[in-house]
This record gives sequence, structure tokens and C-alpha cells, in this order.
Amino acid sequence: MQILVCGGTGCRDLESEAILESLKLEVEANALENDIQVVRTGCFGLCSLGPIVKIMPDDVVYFKVKHGDAREIVEEHVIKGKKVERLLLKDPVNNKSLVSSAEMNGFKKQLRIVLRNCGVIDPENIEESIAHNGYEALGKVLTEMTPDDTIKVIKDSGLRGRGGGGFPTGIKWEIARKNKADQKYVVCNADEGDPGAFMDRSVLEGDPHAVLEAMAICGYCIEADKGLIYIRAEYPLAVARLKTAISQAREYGLLGKNIMGTGFSFDIEIRYGAGAFVCGEETALIHSMEGLRGEPTVKPPFPAEAGFRGKPTNVNNVETFACVSPIILKGADWFAGIGTARSKGTKVFALAGKINNVGLIEVPMGTTLRDVIFEIGGGIRNGKKFKAAQTGGPSGGCLTEKHLDTPIDFDNLIAAGSMMGSGGLIVMDEDDCMVSVAKFFLDFTVEESCGKCSPCRIGNKRLHELLDHITKGKGTLADLDRLRNMSLVIKDTSLCGLGQSSPNPVLSTLDNFRDEYVAHVTAKKCPAGKCRDLMEYFIIAENCVGCTACARVCPVNAITGQRKEPHVINPSICIKCGACKEKCKFDAIIVQ
Amino acid sequence: METVKLTIDNKEIEVPKGMTIHKAARKIGIEIPVLCYMELHDMQIENKPAGCRICVVEVQGRRNLAPSCATKCEEGMVVKTHTTRVLNARRTVMEFILSDHPKDCLICPKSGNCELQSMAQQLGIREIPGQEIAAMSTYRKDTSPSIIRDLDKCIMCRRCEMMCNEVQTVGALSAVNRGFMAAVAPAFEQNLEHSTCTYCGQCVAVCPTGALTEVNHTPEVLRALADPSKTVIVQTAPAVRAALGEEFGMEPGTLVTGKMVAALRALGFDYVFDTDFAADLTIMEEGTELLDRLTRHLNGDTTAKLPILTSCCPGWVNFFEEYFPDLKDVPSTAKSPQQMFGAIAKTYFADKIKVDRKDLVVVSIMPCLAKKYECQREEFSTDGNRDVDFSISTRELAAFIKQANLDLNNLADDEFDSPLGESTGAGVIFGATGGVIEAACRTAYEIYTGKKLERLEFNELRGLDGVREATIDFNGLPLKIGIANGLGNARKLLEEVRSGKSQFHAIEVMACPGGCIGGGGQPLHHGNSDIIKARAAAIYREDNSKPLRKSHENPFIIKLYEEFLGKPNSEKAHHLLHTHYFYNKKKVVVKQ
Repeated sequence: MQILVCGGTGCRDLESEAILESLKLEVEANALENDIQVVRTGCFGLCSLGPIVKIMPDDVVYFKVKHGDAREIVEEHVIKGKKVERLLLKDPVNNKSLVSSAEMNGFKKQLRIVLRNCGVIDPENIEESIAHNGYEALGKVLTEMTPDDTIKVIKDSGLRGRGGGGFPTGIKWEIARKNKADQKYVVCNADEGDPGAFMDRSVLEGDPHAVLEAMAICGYCIEADKGLIYIRAEYPLAVARLKTAISQAREYGLLGKNIMGTGFSFDIEIRYGAGAFVCGEETALIHSMEGLRGEPTVKPPFPAEAGFRGKPTNVNNVETFACVSPIILKGADWFAGIGTARSKGTKVFALAGKINNVGLIEVPMGTTLRDVIFEIGGGIRNGKKFKAAQTGGPSGGCLTEKHLDTPIDFDNLIAAGSMMGSGGLIVMDEDDCMVSVAKFFLDFTVEESCGKCSPCRIGNKRLHELLDHITKGKGTLADLDRLRNMSLVIKDTSLCGLGQSSPNPVLSTLDNFRDEYVAHVTAKKCPAGKCRDLMEYFIIAENCVGCTACARVCPVNAITGQRKEPHVINPSICIKCGACKEKCKFDAIIVQ
Repeated sequence: METVKLTIDNKEIEVPKGMTIHKAARKIGIEIPVLCYMELHDMQIENKPAGCRICVVEVQGRRNLAPSCATKCEEGMVVKTHTTRVLNARRTVMEFILSDHPKDCLICPKSGNCELQSMAQQLGIREIPGQEIAAMSTYRKDTSPSIIRDLDKCIMCRRCEMMCNEVQTVGALSAVNRGFMAAVAPAFEQNLEHSTCTYCGQCVAVCPTGALTEVNHTPEVLRALADPSKTVIVQTAPAVRAALGEEFGMEPGTLVTGKMVAALRALGFDYVFDTDFAADLTIMEEGTELLDRLTRHLNGDTTAKLPILTSCCPGWVNFFEEYFPDLKDVPSTAKSPQQMFGAIAKTYFADKIKVDRKDLVVVSIMPCLAKKYECQREEFSTDGNRDVDFSISTRELAAFIKQANLDLNNLADDEFDSPLGESTGAGVIFGATGGVIEAACRTAYEIYTGKKLERLEFNELRGLDGVREATIDFNGLPLKIGIANGLGNARKLLEEVRSGKSQFHAIEVMACPGGCIGGGGQPLHHGNSDIIKARAAAIYREDNSKPLRKSHENPFIIKLYEEFLGKPNSEKAHHLLHTHYFYNKKKVVVKQ
């Protein structure tokens, strides 16, 4: 029997390490260490319900475990075979306990290819990876397949880059293979930068060998013997696990010289990013690795022609690499059988925002937004109404109710004015102001623009300023046209993907929520009640009993009135802090 | 040569493969506006970051607009350079750039010569929408002995950075910060004075706006001229006469020696002298030093270091003091002509006219910004009185002449005063790369061989290639000569010297591409290398027209030695005309 304890960053922050230690102590106290294995795994995905402990082969999952629960889990479940009811998830409909992951909606519609080993194996033990087919694909490729055969399989599988662009991976490899050079490089882009996205981190923390193996396969295909992983230094756990994995793989002869005795050599080094979003763009990433300023250059030349140190370089994202081994082992047809016509396989999403099950999910391409949000994600928090979902990170666009039944894939998202991006999915409800949402995302891109090209450097700043102007009630209808024109020009003229997509949140909210913009500029009202400058606090005279609580709490003395008489707020003094509303016990204060 | 056919604005054109759209369009008379892009054709200098996005064009089948400066022509391409989409994008991007640029054109030192200003005119920008809510990126101003940085005016064209790093390999300037606050500055945004800057001024020479300008010393000169107790004399460097006319609408390459003298006299200088005289003196000292070292070397004296390096360029002196302090006994100890002139003027000439050196003000007109710094070096003054009091650039002189209501075109030629205005053709060619060493050869040959030189033109030493080498037959002794213009090229030769691999007996170095004619204080070339070539031709024309073309035949030089200095490299000559090198820069106090 195995007790799996999530060792992902989220659960670790909730002291899953202490739970792991307690469980080990309990197992030892009961002299079960020969029969029961306590394993630290990667992320299970249901981060909002962590820390998570899973008992295998029973497939029983315990949520929100505390280290004081260790004794009960061991004594009750492990020894007596009785489930610890209070740690099980309850079905929101009938309040029945959900025992196995198969029963849970959150897992039911998922298909885990990329995350196949996350939450299953101990990422710090290469033998567990090998036991779960790790490096089998590399062996198969090195002994049974030519590089061209391998590339053909990847091409036929229809795998497209998961970092955002969606370029066909097989073709990328083929181009890098065709460019002859004395030295080539395989680069893994682990510079995950979208706010709230942690797909790559989870893969690297939970199954680092999947990436190392795929990089070696890529190296074999394009004739490179050097791999580089560009990872943000803010991912210390992923870095540590990668380092462990690399040294273990070298020890086992799965990296380094003459891998598996086939004569093929491939080794991997880690390069650290300093946390610049733009360094996720492949040319900027390469320049950063070269010790230069992390900013993009014009393509062509593409990295496949002249990349790291001017040599042909194949850059793929973590998630893309994580798809490779299963494709080799199960075949191109298997992978191509999953997903939609032009988007194959699965996609990992990081669910965030106003959604019940915040966490990491993996679904087949073509799953609808409705399934993702309402089935897997457990719906909107506090029973509020769904308003929009932002896909593609800060430079994606907002999808609305009318897109709920659109199958999610590369092309449909672009057609809907958004993009796949790396897989962030932020859900917004009726309380969110879409102008503010656009401003929020612009905040990020303004901060993260490298400053090389003028439309991105200055244009995004101007967009942000104008949005700010509008949320303050100072905008005009003409400003909306200007917003659109600036957005279109920034997209059309920016040098790299950052600027080419940064206005997406503006354009898609302008398209889908124009009424809200118009309300801000004409009626000077924020329909969601989010924009402080457009709010006004009122006292409903009928409800006010004149208790004076509001007047006493007001920091600027904006409220006047006689005791036991209705009070009045002076809007010219009110700073809209909301203290009065919070204090009022009679629901007499409203915001408009 | 492989070619491709494409269509630009409905015109078919066939161009060599690899040519950019911008250059191809130019071939058929379509001038696509460019801002950050700059090329000095034939000089291997190109700035192509594709950052400003002004030159965007529409390419059929491409999703976004293409920067024509950096997009290569492809077979069958259909390019449109002025569609509504392109014009709107270009205008909007220009509005972005202008929205973050100070509007003080009226009092900007670059006004009338600013590429941003011209572009705004060309694009017909008459208003900047949203300026009232647009924040500006502002920075601390920085004044060094030679160069003023006003980053508020930086448009991130990166030309200065390219010159400083790629061409000059000085590495003082690079992009700092990101996004809206990105600008080009020394590391850690320290002052230029505390950076590796050599004051070569090539950043100023290429800056399209008023972000980089020279420190203006004209007011001090004006004050001296107005002071009746002062005798004010002026020296003019050889390269000035070949470029000054450009500021008055004359064709590049027009020689204005006589008019310049007339203008200076009209400005009120008491004596108008020529740095060429000091250039002849430099040849006497440096040539003698070369022959001395050469003879000792040939006689087996291992302490006699070869090659000897010229030392008349202060940017170059700063460069080797900064980067090659271990080689500081390799260059000639001879001062630059500017400083030799000052030293002689404040001793020999002051005595002659019976003026105390404190009442004698020496002004130099230089094509150079490093000379401003050089004349402020402590070792070039006696009891706090500088040998050269003020150095002003060709551009400053032009402005000065205009302020005095003079039009150079309408002035009658005048003659330099005697004795410090008399020079030979050898002195004139100091202004072009290769000129110093050619002048030295003319003298050294006759002294070394005792024979008369039949052919004075050493064409093998001329040209604009960055590194040139030639072997001159010194009556059986093959004298190996190296020439570098541009500090990056100098670095190559210096590295060879450092590693003991240098084959040369003598090396001439000029910090600026093309030599002094391409100096940082010259009229702006705006990326037209034909201007620099025309100036070189003018320099050699002046040499040809001179009755005397060998420094040692200058009768006033001969007289100077007879009356005052004794022999070349005599003790007195050493005291007045030679210097030593050390890491000195940080001691200079900035004079505001």
C-alpha cells in the first residue's frame, strides 16, 4: 500500500511536508514500514482543497489534511480499512462522501497525459519514473527509430506548441534537424510567467523526468547533444527537483555520454531567468541565456536557424515536451484521436478567479468552457453569475456566456478574440467590472514590456492611462474609438508576441462588454460597482434609525444627522471607503 | 548572385536575395521612412533593432505589419508601403513616440537637425491625442566633461548603444530598465563620467534627437573674446575645414579653409592659427620617437618596444588607459596636436608677443568631443592655467558664426596667421584615417634613408576599411604598418599587441570611424557615409594643393626647433610636447 502526499508548492505551503513526516512516523510506530510506503508526489491539481493525501491502490483521496490527522489515517484507514469520513470530499448535490477520484466531477472529465505522473510518483526518485514508463520512449527511439521516423510520429500526432503560439512541434523539430551545424541546442522554455499560471511548474515539480526524456528525444532528432532548461529562479522547488532528476538520470546513464550504450550523447544544464515575462518569448529567452538583455529580436532568423550562440536551437515549452514520450509509446494515432480537427491531445489549465475548484486540470482539446468551469471547476464561487473567463494569460481575451459551449482549441479561441496562451484561465463573475479587468491586465503588460519597440513600450502605457481615465469617469465616447485604434495598431506593429497580444483584453472586453464601457463614459457609472470614482454612497432614509454609528465611523465626517433622525452623506466629502456601509446594521446604506 | 522578384507598391523589382524591403524600395525610388534604422554604407555600421516601428509596411499574407528595415525580400512578395492601414499605424506609432517626448523643440540643441522632428513634419503630425493624460518618462540629466545626456529625449533607437558596443566596444551605454522607463544609459544608471566612456562622441554623432549632445563651451569663448585684457587665439583642426561648409548648405567635401579663417577673424580672435602646424610638430616628435625605437629595436635592444602606437587621438588615449593599462608604455608619448599647440602657444608664442600665459586664451576648434575632456586633464595645465582653455566642436563653431550674423558663403578667403598657422600637407591629412601614419612615413622615410621620397601619396594607407595594413619599403627595410579606425578595430590590433602576436612596427589609431572627419563634433551625417567619404577626399585635395607636403620641411617648424626646442625629443621638447598615460578619468571635475 502507498500513501501519496502532495509535495507541490501549494500543498507544501500548507505544511504537507509535516504531514508526510507524521505519516512516516505513524507507519513506523505501527511497524508497517515494510508494507506501507509514504511517498511525496507532485501536484494533484485540486490546490484549493489541499493538502491532499491519497491512499493507493484504494484510490481514496483525503482533502484539507492536517498533520494531526496522520494517526487517524494510519490507524483507521491503513490498519482497519475504514475510511476517514471527515476528510473526504462531499458531493455538493446530495452531500454524499466522494471516495475515489473517479467519482469526482473535478476529475471525471479530465484526461491526464501531461500530468500523468503528477501526484502519482515520487519526483525525486528516478526509479518510480522508470516504473511508470519513464525513459522507455527514449530507449525505443534510440534503438528502434531513426530521427526522421521519430519526427514523423510527432508530426502525425498533430502536437502543437503549448507555450502559446501553437506551432506544430514536429515541423519545428524538422526545421531544426535540416539546419546543419557543428553544434545545436535543445531548449526547454520553463519561464512560465502568466499571472496565476502554474502548469509548467507542476510538471517540473511532479514529473521532471518526463521533460528530460523528451528533451533527449528531441536532441536525438535534431542532432543536438546539449539541452538547456531556462527556468525562472522564482521556482526553487522545481529547480531543486530538476537538479535531482538530472543527476539521477546521469547516474543511470540516461543523460550524458553514450546513453543506453547507443552512442548517442545528450546532457542538460539549467539556466535561470530573473523573472521577466518577455523572456518567455523564445528570442528574448535565448538572449537572456546568452547573458544579454532579455529582449526579443526580429524573426527570421528563427531559433531553428540561428538561436543560442547563433546555432540552430529548438525551443519547446515544458508542457509540449511532457506530451512527447506518451506519443512515442502509444503512437501518433492515439494522440491524434484526442481533441479537435486541428488541435490534438490535451491541454492543462490553471483555474483561478471566482471559481470553486481553483487548481490545475488537464482536459482533451475541444472540451467546452462550460464543462471546464461548471463541471470540473465546480462552478462560480458563492453561487454568483458567470460573467467572463480570461484565457491566454494577460495577453489573452475574455470569453463570455456565448462562448460557453465553444470547444476550446487553438483556432476557436483565436476566432473568439482570445488565445490559448500557456493555459491560464481566470473566471470572473457579475461583480467584476470589465473595464477594470482590462486595466488590470494592461497593468501587467505595461510592467513587463521590455521597452524595445515603441508601440509596446509607449502604446500599452497609453492604453492603460486611457482605461484608468475611463474608470475615473473622465472618458468620452470618442475615447472608446481611440482605445480600439491604439489597440489595433499596437497589435499590428509590435515586435514580439507580447505587444502583438497585449491589447487583447481591451479589444475583447470592448467587443463583448461595450455597454459597460459606454456606461462608464456616458452615464459615468460602473455597472459592477467596482470603480470607486464612479460610486456614490447613499443612506435610504426609511431604513435609517439614526443610530449615528455610521457618522461615528466615517473618517472624514461626511455623514451628518440628528440622533434618531435619518442621516445624510455629503458626496463631496465622502471618500468611498465603505466603512459606514460595513457598520450599518439596518441595510440603510447603499452604493450606486 | 541569387535574386528574388517581388512587387512593391505595384512595381515589380528583382533584387539580390537577402536584401531588405526598405533597401529594395529605395532602389525604385520609394523612400520608406525610417527612424531607428541607420546605416553607414561601406563602413560595416548598421543599426537595425526594428524597434521604432515607423517603417512598417503591409506584406500580403502576413498577419501583422512588417518592419521594412529588417524584413528580407522574398520571392513573390507583394508589399504595400502606404495603405490606409500602414499610414494609420505609422501615424499612431509616431504619436506614441511623440507623446513621450518633451515638446521643447524651440530651445532644444537639436532643433532643426533632429530626425524625430523631421519625421513628425514628414508624417504631418499636428496634434498628439491624449497628451493631457499622458505621463512622460523622465530621468536625471547627466553632464560629463564632453557629453550631456538628456534621456527624456531618448527614443530607444539604440544607435548610441550600437556605436558604443558593437563599433567602439567601449561598453559604456546599454539599455537599462524595462517597459515605459527603458532608456539607454551607463550600467546602474551611473554618470557617464564614472563609466568606461572614452568621450569619442560617436553616440552623439548618431543620436537622432537631443538626448545626446555636446557640452557647449561657446559662452566661455565669447566671454574671453569680450575681455579686453585677454589675447584670444584659435587653432583649427584639419577635419573642421572639410566639414564646416555643410552647416552652411555647401556640398559635403567643400573645403572652406579660407572662409573659416575669415569667419574666425571676424568673430574677434586675435590670431587665427592652425592645428596643422602642431600636426607637423607631432610628426617631428612622434616620427623621431618611432625611428629611435625602430633603430634600437633593429640593433637588438629588447627594451625598445614595437609597435609604436600613435597618440594624437584623445578618445583612443582614454580607451587604452581604460582597457589596456598594461600597455601604456606602447603608445608614443607625444601629446596630441591640440595639446602641443597649446603648450607652444603658452610658452614660445606668449613670450614672442610678450603676453603672460594667464592672459592668453587658447581656443581650439575640433571635430571631436574627447578634445573637450582632453584639454581639461590636469597634466595639460601649468599652475591651474590650461594649455588649451576651451575646445569647441565644428558644430558649435557653425552656430557661433551664425550668431555673429556671418554667412560663410559670403566671406572672402583669408590666410592663417604666422607663425603657428603655417603647415604642410602632411599636417592636413591628420584629419582622415591613415593620415597620421602617412605623414609620419613621409618624414621618417627621408630621415631614415637619407633619400628624397619620390612619391608622396601612400595610397595603400588610405581608405575607410576599419583595419588596414601595408608594408612600406624603407630602402630595404619593410616597415609594417597597421591602421585602425573605430575603437573596436583598435581593440583587435591591441589584443594582438598584448598577446605578442602583432607583426607591426607602427600602428595608427583613430577612435572615430573614418578618423577625425567622422568625429563626434562634426556636422551630423544622419547615416550618410558618402558625406564622410567626401570629407576625406577634401582633406587629400588640400594636401595636394599645398606647396610643402612634408612636416620636416615646414620652415616654421624648423625655426621653432632652432629658436626654442633644440632638437626633436630634446629635453625641452619632452617637457612640453610629451606626456604619460595613467588611469585618470575619474579625477576630472565636471565643469558645468
